[in-house]
Amino acid sequence: MNDEPKPAEGLSEAFLKRAAPDRAAMEDLIVVPFFAVVVALLLGALAMLATNVDLATVGRSYVALLVGSVGSFNAISETLTAAIPLTLAGLGIALGFRAGMFNIGAEGQLLIGGMAAVIAGFSFAGLPAVVHVPLVLLVGAMAGGLYAAIAGWLRAATGAHEVITTIMLNLISYRLVDYMLRLDFIQREGRSDPISKSVLGSAELPRILTWLDPNLRLHAGVFLMIAAVIFIHWLLFRTRLGFEFRASGESPDAARYAGMRAGLIIVLAMGMAGALSGLAGANQVSGVLGRASPGFSAGIGFDAIAVALLGRSHPWGVLLAGLLFGALEAGGRQMQVDAGVSIDLISIIQALIIVFIAAPLLVRRLFPWGFRKPAPVAKE
Amino acid sequence: MLSFNRVLAPAIVATTLAAGTAASAFTACQVTDTGGIDDNSFNQTAWKGVLDAQETLGVEGRFLESQAETDYEANINSLVNGGCDVIITVGFLLGDATQKAAQANPDQAFSIVDYAYDPVIPNVLGQVYATDEAAFLAGYLAAGMTKTGVLGTFGGINIPPVTIFMDGYYRGAMYYNAQHGTEVTVLGWNPETREGLFTNNFESLDDGRAFAQNLYDEGADIVMPVAGPVRLGSAAMAAELGGDTIKIIGVDADLFLTDPANGGVYLTSVTKRMDSTVTEVIQRAMDGSFKGGVMVGTLENGGVALAPFHDMDAAIRAELKAELETVRAGIIDGSIAVDE
Repeated sequence: MNDEPKPAEGLSEAFLKRAAPDRAAMEDLIVVPFFAVVVALLLGALAMLATNVDLATVGRSYVALLVGSVGSFNAISETLTAAIPLTLAGLGIALGFRAGMFNIGAEGQLLIGGMAAVIAGFSFAGLPAVVHVPLVLLVGAMAGGLYAAIAGWLRAATGAHEVITTIMLNLISYRLVDYMLRLDFIQREGRSDPISKSVLGSAELPRILTWLDPNLRLHAGVFLMIAAVIFIHWLLFRTRLGFEFRASGESPDAARYAGMRAGLIIVLAMGMAGALSGLAGANQVSGVLGRASPGFSAGIGFDAIAVALLGRSHPWGVLLAGLLFGALEAGGRQMQVDAGVSIDLISIIQALIIVFIAAPLLVRRLFPWGFRKPAPVAKE
Repeated sequence: MLSFNRVLAPAIVATTLAAGTAASAFTACQVTDTGGIDDNSFNQTAWKGVLDAQETLGVEGRFLESQAETDYEANINSLVNGGCDVIITVGFLLGDATQKAAQANPDQAFSIVDYAYDPVIPNVLGQVYATDEAAFLAGYLAAGMTKTGVLGTFGGINIPPVTIFMDGYYRGAMYYNAQHGTEVTVLGWNPETREGLFTNNFESLDDGRAFAQNLYDEGADIVMPVAGPVRLGSAAMAAELGGDTIKIIGVDADLFLTDPANGGVYLTSVTKRMDSTVTEVIQRAMDGSFKGGVMVGTLENGGVALAPFHDMDAAIRAELKAELETVRAGIIDGSIAVDE
């Protein structure tokens, strides 16, 4: 970290540098995340041992983690179901990183997008599903995008730092959702707690594996996730707008001198990032929950920051990181059932991964050989 | 809810379960709500029912904690695939997810705490509690004990199994007023408008502290938090101020016993014996008498009760204790209505 006088900004810039690095740092990109995951799993085992879990149970836990994430149709279905919103919101954060914005607000954008999607989902009775589902997703994306654009506009117009404004917008969104869920036209009939009406059948993302087993929850959002990864990759690396995003992220001054409209780029980048988070929210209410209630964001917007960091802000990297976090979530459940180990351990492992990603020097120190010859290790 | 919070949460790794050795052991599985298995009250009491069954009936028990409500359906599903003989879901908020899973898996026995389906689902046994009967006694006691004439309460989420505590508490205090001509007021809940103070979560200890502090600032000297582990924050705040300034009434479990560190602040607890109903459900599933429907815990059958006063016993006037006995008898024989 450099000697930046303002700590908040210095920190976020250091993160940005790591999250959206240049080509020369590429070797870092694969080796550091790989070792971060390995070390996190090892330390997770130590944490278990330190809390009086015997070695056999530790072994059973990690077997269960593997079985629960990829060991059966149900496991794969759960992994993918959990990965979809993480990847979508992670793409949004990654896009922001690329454009030089540290968007902490995915959680709020996801909530606002999800709320808008729920309203669109229970209104408009009689629409065919082919119209209703895309409408719900579009409404969710637009609401999330507009909400994030507020932070972008504040940054462009007043210089207010997006880290601060998005955190504040998160807090506003929590209370806004609480409030909206108590409105007569949103709240479910006959309930006094904050819970929305259920979305109509025509607004639900269809579950695609129920022909195998009615309990499989994987839904059509998985195609949305893949399409979004391809689209963001194309946008970032094949279009002029993407070039402007990346140029602004690498060097705002150079971009400005080259005639790029800095303010517009900031607002657009934030808006698109928010749209992806909003899409993640719409995906949750339309594909998984079928309704909204105060906690429906479930911390996905924050986990997505870790996903974007782990994926090094590269769309395919984000997809892989999203799948890994989805696997940890699905496997963690199995771990608790089979080995009786608390699911909190998964949070610890996720946190350790982030710690090691954020501290590449530590990883280099721990695994010096990994960096002298990065290629063979990375291929493992 | 925030993943960063979860990370900071104590690195509790659940104790290894007493794994049944026989492959054919009867397995009872439980899904908690977001409060967690170690919340000292709601989920922990229900889990105690499974532990008791492990002890007395020799079953094997497993649990899955929900970290967010997006987990409910997934958690139930992983237990459906996990060879459970009966799946017990803990809490009203799991109502939708339990219904869905029960209908998709009609051969699996389910039981849910705090939810009754109408019409009955043939493979789901609901466990509900007339908590207002016991809370009525707590309200009566609190009204007799308050020095400021102001009582407080707050809830986790505005759902029937929470507000039924607050209804009983409020009406018990009003009944005391009617009997003694006093003017004790209750802050935090209005049974007519169904509005009151709610933290909107069952997790935040900070909220527990802040809500109790607000009520204390408004003059309340006895507070009943109905929010699972949230009240640990209230109890800690009360312990700092000293048990003489503000007292806490516990809910679900006898908190004097489950939270001994703050034992001095609990006036009493409104217990909801989920442990005994859960054990009963497991018993029924084992002997084959299990069928869908509703089980109701009342003052009369011991499903709900007012806990012993423990250290506070000496501070409570003998005549107040006698009155409580009379009120209790009146509720049981129906001469005192708790719901009006």
